[in-house]
Amino acid sequence: MTASQPIASPFLRVRGLNKSFGAFRALKDIDLEVARGEFVCFLGPSGCGKTTLLRAIAGLDPQDSGTIEIAGRDVSQAPPSQRDFGIVFQSYALFPNLTVAKNVGYGLVNRSRPRAEIAARVTELLEMVGLPDQGQKFPGQLSGGQQQRVALARALATSPGLLLLDEPLSALDAKVRIHLRAQIRDLQQRLGVTTIMVTHDQEEALAMADRIVVMNHGVIEQIGGPTEIYGAPDTPFVADFVGHMTFLDAVVTGPKTVRVGALDFVVADDAGAAVGSQVRLAMRPETVRARMVDEAAPNRFEARIGELSFLGSFCRATLEPTGSSGVRISADFPANEMRDLEIVEGQLRAVSFPPEALRVFAPSAPGAAS
Amino acid sequence: MSEIAARMDDAASSSFAVRRPLVSERQVAGLLIAALCVLLVVIIALPLWSLLSKSVQNTAGDFVGLANFWTYASTPTLVASLRNSVFVAGMATAITVPLAFLYAYALTRSRMPLKGLFTAAALLPIFAPSLLSGLSLIYIFGNQGILKHWMMGAKLYGPIGIIGAEALYTFPHALLILTTALALSDGRLREAAEALGTSRARIFRTITLPGARYGLISAVFVVFTLVITDFGIPKVIGGQYSVLATDAYRQVVGQQNFPMGAVVGIILLVPAVLAFLIDRRTQKRQSALLSARAVPYEPKPDAARDYGLLAFCLLVAGAIVATYGVAAWGSFVTYWPYNLKLTLNNYDFAAVEPTGWDGYFNSLKLAGLTAVIGSVVIFCGAYLIEKVKAFPGLRGFAHFLAMLPMAVPGLVLGLGYVFFFNASWNPLSVFYGTLTVLVINSIAHFFTVAHITALTSLKQLDHEFEAVSASLKVPFWTTFRRVTAPICMPAILDIAVYLFVNAMTTVSAVIFLYGADTKLASISIVHMDEAGAVASAAAMATVIMATAIGVKILHVVLDRFVFSRLQSWRRR
Repeated sequence: MTASQPIASPFLRVRGLNKSFGAFRALKDIDLEVARGEFVCFLGPSGCGKTTLLRAIAGLDPQDSGTIEIAGRDVSQAPPSQRDFGIVFQSYALFPNLTVAKNVGYGLVNRSRPRAEIAARVTELLEMVGLPDQGQKFPGQLSGGQQQRVALARALATSPGLLLLDEPLSALDAKVRIHLRAQIRDLQQRLGVTTIMVTHDQEEALAMADRIVVMNHGVIEQIGGPTEIYGAPDTPFVADFVGHMTFLDAVVTGPKTVRVGALDFVVADDAGAAVGSQVRLAMRPETVRARMVDEAAPNRFEARIGELSFLGSFCRATLEPTGSSGVRISADFPANEMRDLEIVEGQLRAVSFPPEALRVFAPSAPGAAS
Repeated sequence: MSEIAARMDDAASSSFAVRRPLVSERQVAGLLIAALCVLLVVIIALPLWSLLSKSVQNTAGDFVGLANFWTYASTPTLVASLRNSVFVAGMATAITVPLAFLYAYALTRSRMPLKGLFTAAALLPIFAPSLLSGLSLIYIFGNQGILKHWMMGAKLYGPIGIIGAEALYTFPHALLILTTALALSDGRLREAAEALGTSRARIFRTITLPGARYGLISAVFVVFTLVITDFGIPKVIGGQYSVLATDAYRQVVGQQNFPMGAVVGIILLVPAVLAFLIDRRTQKRQSALLSARAVPYEPKPDAARDYGLLAFCLLVAGAIVATYGVAAWGSFVTYWPYNLKLTLNNYDFAAVEPTGWDGYFNSLKLAGLTAVIGSVVIFCGAYLIEKVKAFPGLRGFAHFLAMLPMAVPGLVLGLGYVFFFNASWNPLSVFYGTLTVLVINSIAHFFTVAHITALTSLKQLDHEFEAVSASLKVPFWTTFRRVTAPICMPAILDIAVYLFVNAMTTVSAVIFLYGADTKLASISIVHMDEAGAVASAAAMATVIMATAIGVKILHVVLDRFVFSRLQSWRRR
């Protein structure tokens, strides 16, 4: 599913959304559609507008112009209480003076339902998030991860059509974060609730989302599934923000061929750049091939292994191609390759990059990475 | 997925569906904020406006431009009061601030023992009407004073007495500012300097002083303003030495010359407004000084420094406690200083003052009502200003008005109330002289500090409580009742006690506003002193002080043993 394929009947539809804070334009003409039951991540660096967009959808910070439809209803001017969503914040925003059970039942109490019914629902929700016996504790007595799950239960208590998560995992330890990632995703799948999560953590977005909306400077750079965002970034910004990427200045020398220094590269897609034009060639470090690189392999060249940094399961090396001074390419070698091929610093060896792993960007592309 | 989801959909559509509200939250919020603005305009803006407009009118009410100011400047006796005021305020500031700085230094930067006791002793003057320190000095150094010979023939009644009494009275105010300033320092700066082998004098000069610089500036202005606008002390100990505050009283109450009273009021407004503006600026910088990662300074033991400071604090705290103690003692003495037999006769107020004990009960009523109504209004107002997101313009306006009383001395606000609530065109003039206007005036007078206390506690709450409530379709007033107010209860109690103590002890604003049935204890002190019944005046002041301290102790006890149970969620 990509931006170009419209969703038949989107659950959430955002059209031409604009929002400024003084002279700063936080959102510029945002268009977005989210299907029912979908898990979408807004991903981008801080200040890119992802949280602003989420808060506009919630009605917490209304937009300056543009429309928002939830479940076919135009809620552009509606206050938050008349939109149908539950929200979880990075700070949890649990009410510290109320017990866990009262926090979870907070939204149910003013709906004039029998007390027993509310209690049953609260018990059900606490079981659902794996905290069945914690109802009588106060939030301050729980760990960060437990508090976050209480916040999730509270947001889901009223069975909202839309679940909004504003950096829900950022305040947690790495281990807890990964555990909760799976739990949230699992819960979302079970309930089928349409979910939007804001995050600046690309790994989190790749692991959890059906689709990722990459944002920068108040515009959407790309919308796509995790593999698409990672493997086929539309812009240098996306390429650089998601994962690691080497950018090289290159000249187009022919159809699907570019030259960097003394090296000629064959690419699968030259982005339609004219012969002779300046482009940027990009490659991910893990696409390097070092095992059995035969003479005829495309994009084969000889390089010196520069600085090597040990990163646990793999090593990141700086390749210095012979005869092209100044060109530096990052390459990741898995631990077994390091061992089998006896890769060490200062060594000269042949490597290659498959043409389909290379991407060409016109240098004037907006949001070009530095 | 589908089964649970279907059930959730079902739940959403039927059993847990929200009732449609009759009025929207936005309408309620708008109405409340508008009401707050109207209230603040009536109790703060309009009285001040009346004062300003009165100063450019003649006694007949015609517009005369700056003629009154011109008359003022060309009347030598009035100009002399201005000079006198500046002189005593300057002297008192020069004495109080350095002493308070050293005292605060001892409390924050030494390992001196009994810090709690020394803090309590230094705060004593806050719980008494300002003029009690004047009465005490009369007992000690006055014509019949036990240590009269210490004066070596100099006259107490006049600048010497005023400066001494003001120094005592303003000491805790300066101390509170300076302890805060000195406590707000990054311990790592000092450790870094010590690691570099910096001498102690240089550390003091390059780290301690600059760190407390803004606090010092703030303390200087606060003390200067307190002194220049204080009415009680010059009234009881000033003798023939006239100052601005007594001039304003004489012009309005004695000569019914309202325009000239207004002019004096505006002159008194100048240092207060200046102090306010400088304080605002320095506070912004002060907070920038301390980063979130700063480490508080832990002083290491140092015998010479600790005992030196202990001796100094003993001296200062002893002087304060002794002075106030002498006044309390004197109030029980038959005939000072010739017959020191203890008696309760001085507490039979009806013998010297027609209203007798009624004044005290009026004060209790005033303080109680001010505390209850004031803390509710001020806290709710601060909540609307801080937490409701709609109507930013109106909220900004309300906040501005709430901050204004800080820049307005009580005496000036009292004048404004006279002009506003006494005006024949004003339908509210039926309240003039009633307890109602006294309560309103006291709430307005002490609004700002209480407002800031409320804002500070509200700002500490998670900013998303309101957003979460809205997403759960719970109206903001429910969250206010169930979450916000309970969490802020300690701050609300602080506000109530602050309002109670201040309403109990104030003289300056209410001196223009009381009526025959609503004479207050603090005002009957002034009258008893005028009638020469100094012992009874001291007795009444002692009763006030005892009440204020009693309420404070009650607050501490309740806070520790009762309210802590309601706040059990704070424990981990």
